[in-house]
Amino acid sequence: MNYFLTPEQELIQQIARRFARERVAPLSAALDEKSEFPRRLLEVLAKTDLCGVYIPEEYGGLGGGMFEFCLVVEEISRVDSGVAISFAGTGLGTIPILLYGNEEQKKKYLPDVAAGKKIGAFGLTEANAGSDSFAQETTAVKDGDYYVINGTKQWITNAGEADVYTVVAVTNRAKGARGISTFIVEKGTPGFSFGKKENKMGIRASTTGGLVFNNCRVPRENLLAKEGMGMIVVGRTFDQSRPGVAAQAVGIAQGALDQALKFARHRVQFGQPVIRMQAVQHMLADMAIQTEAARALVYSVARDIDSGGKGVAKAASIAKVFASDAAMKVSTDAVQIMGGAGYMKDYPVERMMRDAKITQIYEGTNQIQRNIIASELIKERDEW
Amino acid sequence: MNIVACIKQVPDTSEVKIDRETNTLIREGVPSIINPFDLNAIEEGLLLKERFGGSVTVISMGPPQVESALREALSLGVDRVVLLCDRAFAGSDTLATSCTLAAAIREIGFDLILCGKQAIDGDTAQVGPEIAEWLDVPHLTYISAVEEVSDRSITVSRLLEGGYERVRASLPALLTVVKELNEPRLPGYRASLRAKTEPVTTWGAAGLNLDPANIGMKGSPTKVTRSFVPELGRQGQFLAGSPEEQAAALIAALRSARIVHGSAKES
Amino acid sequence: MKLYSDRCAGCEACVNACPYNAVTMQGGLPVFSDACNLCGACVEACPSEAIERPGNGGPAVEASPHRGIWIFGETKDGQPTRVVLELLAVGRRLAEKTGQDLGVVLAGDRLGTMPQNLIAFGADRVFLVEHPDLAVFRDEPYTAVLAAAIKQYRPSILLFGATTTGRSLAPRLAARLRTGLTADCTALDIDPESGNLLQTRPAFGGNIMATIMCPVNRPQMATMRPGVQKPATRDGGRTGEVIRLETGPSLLLARTEVLGFINRNEEMVNLEEASVIVSGGRGLGCAENFSLVRELAALLGGVVGASRAAVEEGWLPYAHQVGQTGKTVSPRLYIACGISGAVQHLAGMQGSDIIVAINRNPDAPIFKVASYGMVGDVVQILKSLIEQL
Repeated sequence: MNYFLTPEQELIQQIARRFARERVAPLSAALDEKSEFPRRLLEVLAKTDLCGVYIPEEYGGLGGGMFEFCLVVEEISRVDSGVAISFAGTGLGTIPILLYGNEEQKKKYLPDVAAGKKIGAFGLTEANAGSDSFAQETTAVKDGDYYVINGTKQWITNAGEADVYTVVAVTNRAKGARGISTFIVEKGTPGFSFGKKENKMGIRASTTGGLVFNNCRVPRENLLAKEGMGMIVVGRTFDQSRPGVAAQAVGIAQGALDQALKFARHRVQFGQPVIRMQAVQHMLADMAIQTEAARALVYSVARDIDSGGKGVAKAASIAKVFASDAAMKVSTDAVQIMGGAGYMKDYPVERMMRDAKITQIYEGTNQIQRNIIASELIKERDEW
Repeated sequence: MNIVACIKQVPDTSEVKIDRETNTLIREGVPSIINPFDLNAIEEGLLLKERFGGSVTVISMGPPQVESALREALSLGVDRVVLLCDRAFAGSDTLATSCTLAAAIREIGFDLILCGKQAIDGDTAQVGPEIAEWLDVPHLTYISAVEEVSDRSITVSRLLEGGYERVRASLPALLTVVKELNEPRLPGYRASLRAKTEPVTTWGAAGLNLDPANIGMKGSPTKVTRSFVPELGRQGQFLAGSPEEQAAALIAALRSARIVHGSAKES
Repeated sequence: MKLYSDRCAGCEACVNACPYNAVTMQGGLPVFSDACNLCGACVEACPSEAIERPGNGGPAVEASPHRGIWIFGETKDGQPTRVVLELLAVGRRLAEKTGQDLGVVLAGDRLGTMPQNLIAFGADRVFLVEHPDLAVFRDEPYTAVLAAAIKQYRPSILLFGATTTGRSLAPRLAARLRTGLTADCTALDIDPESGNLLQTRPAFGGNIMATIMCPVNRPQMATMRPGVQKPATRDGGRTGEVIRLETGPSLLLARTEVLGFINRNEEMVNLEEASVIVSGGRGLGCAENFSLVRELAALLGGVVGASRAAVEEGWLPYAHQVGQTGKTVSPRLYIACGISGAVQHLAGMQGSDIIVAINRNPDAPIFKVASYGMVGDVVQILKSLIEQL
């Protein structure tokens, strides 16, 4: 399908594709096996300028938006979405600064992120605040020119690897959802340490772990937006970043389809390549349908966001649900087409199937997404 | 530091196969690439520039289509590319090639020249040291690490048969580099945009003050008298039977060739 | 290239033969593009002798005759390197063929009885330069010392081992002498017509072989790939002459300084010297199966080699790699386990006396060079061999 990419977007896609195929592919089985953070690969990516693809040029980025960000995430995910999410995790941590940071904060953090010198992370989830993200227990108490943060975050992408963390904490419990704020916390701040690294089912190249705040004193100028705006920051951030997860899912689906096609062309059974069998052909066709439809949705939403479209929450959720369900189905079918070979670690599709599952879970489970979609539907007025 | 990296556009020899029916090379779909070791030379040039400033110029000699290799070099972030292209250069062996490149490098000006250890099509490894001789600068081959750089000297490790030799050379100098030295970067976005429009400087023999006797066919003492596809040939035999039987047959054969000693093991 | 269009049959053999994709057909006749490097592959391929290489130019002939076949006596740890002994065997044959002396030019410091030793291995004359500044090899003083000796004694042929030292020194010297140099030859012979040195070497990743001559300039210089020829044998009764060469400060100038040498312990595999090599490739399936290769090698008193694929898989370090981009070996016995036999691999082991190929695929190219072919499951066959040895 022709998505009418500009020459600049085509170039971004092409560079990301080369990065994925030439540098990521040879390492991905080992990164998965060892659950190893791809630091060296992110350094390679940094030299391509793509780390700053979604950051404005005045802060050293390429001036692209979420659409360009999605192109990069998709291409890397097509080979290894664990690596892609190590890159995208920085995006999730940086978007709040892009959206709500003041000039000093932007100048301080964005150029290093754009140059790939700093890795970012977003600290929201807690043991008792998962889908119910309002149930924050981490607190930030004002003390002169500082906020003192106490609490523990869990399942944070890039925990321990990142240099810059956007952290959500309660500043005034009495105000409920309006008493939550966001802070920029740098690695190395006294009182800030890391919990255990999780042993995950998929996206194993990506590091997931805990953030531990023990009387961590953060200077007042690290408050992002205003006190009490935390949940607005979180909501707007996810509206922006959700297509990123959807792009990850499209990449996984496409990668699994690539592998299944290649295998079906070469695998001979009953005297013919299995791709000649209609049972296989229909599965491949269904996989292509789901993948392409997901891509079309993701690209549309990403473009909508970049053009400043209001009320993208519903569309972003639709894209995220559809694409992640497609990734799960397509990668499972890819394993099925490849049969025993697909189930073995010699081929990447079993990893893609494990990787796909997380896309239905994180940045809001698909059930939460449906809640969002439904609540938007309820708000809509009857057209006729 | 002004750095010149020499590159060659080569067919990707790992993609070349022989048609055993006709004993000819199957060229279809064999892509042209920058010689892989030359990518390490470019990368080291860029790394040194990042540390010490200066410029990286990439130079290549060859037919007009080499421009695509030079544009790729631009997409990696080098400052300038120069193509040496002239019918007068045709038929150059390593001596004539090195003479031509040396003249151009002198024209560009340099503190350090970097070359890949050899090109994967010719595998001669000669052009680098020969350039150094034409320019009367020291050369060091098989560089696997650059340890120290000062205004006047460079300290490096050479990857030799049994280990690493640490050597210091005064600058200007020429280095030929091995894969171990670094990991070449991918094209960058900004540099790729620039590479599309940046002019490729092209020089012919005329501007380079070259003695016609030293270049092209005339300046090439060596002549290829014959090219042929090597015959694979050995009258071999397949051993028959189960793995156990094949193994027994082989051991018997090796025993009669006196490579395996002693009698058969009781089973 | 020059085309005799009247002889051309339009068969396109030249188009197929060209490794540089430089020949296209236009109006039924071949046209040579700028990509042509005059390699001559099309000349060989043409069945109607319609293509000719353009006339030989070449710098002017020097006046006085050049005589003698010289070998650069590379040393390591006070001994000539193995390739010097291989070159002495080759040089001896060339010397007999042309009725010339075989000389070794030897530079270093306190070389003791090495000159006599080289004579015992086949040299007629040893040209000796000893100086503390020459104790460790450096390109510049070695180039100067050799160039001075060559100007004085005017040898016709000068051969080096294609070692890191030979391949660093020879091109610098060739450029200084303005003469031709052929790298990494696998065969050296004399052209019966012209008496020139025929230098045959692989190119294009071993896919084609080229024979090269240096018809005018002297000396004719070549480096020879280690391991492709058998070394000379020692004959203590041989006699010869040792000629001491003068050296001076101008020859010893160097702009490089050697600071030290670090051995690589894991690289101590000595494939070149081994008489039995058992190599594994991708067909083994996984790193664990390499233990069978090790076991078989140990039982046969040999060492372990690997194909490029196995090294790329990370099953063995690069030091074990056999082939065009690894080591060239010629043991008495070479066993290739699960190696399909890419031409690059064959280039590195074809010289072995006995080649045993074990592969699942009976059409694998490795069987074309094998003395014994074993078709079947590599792991099963290896286990059987280990059990029965």
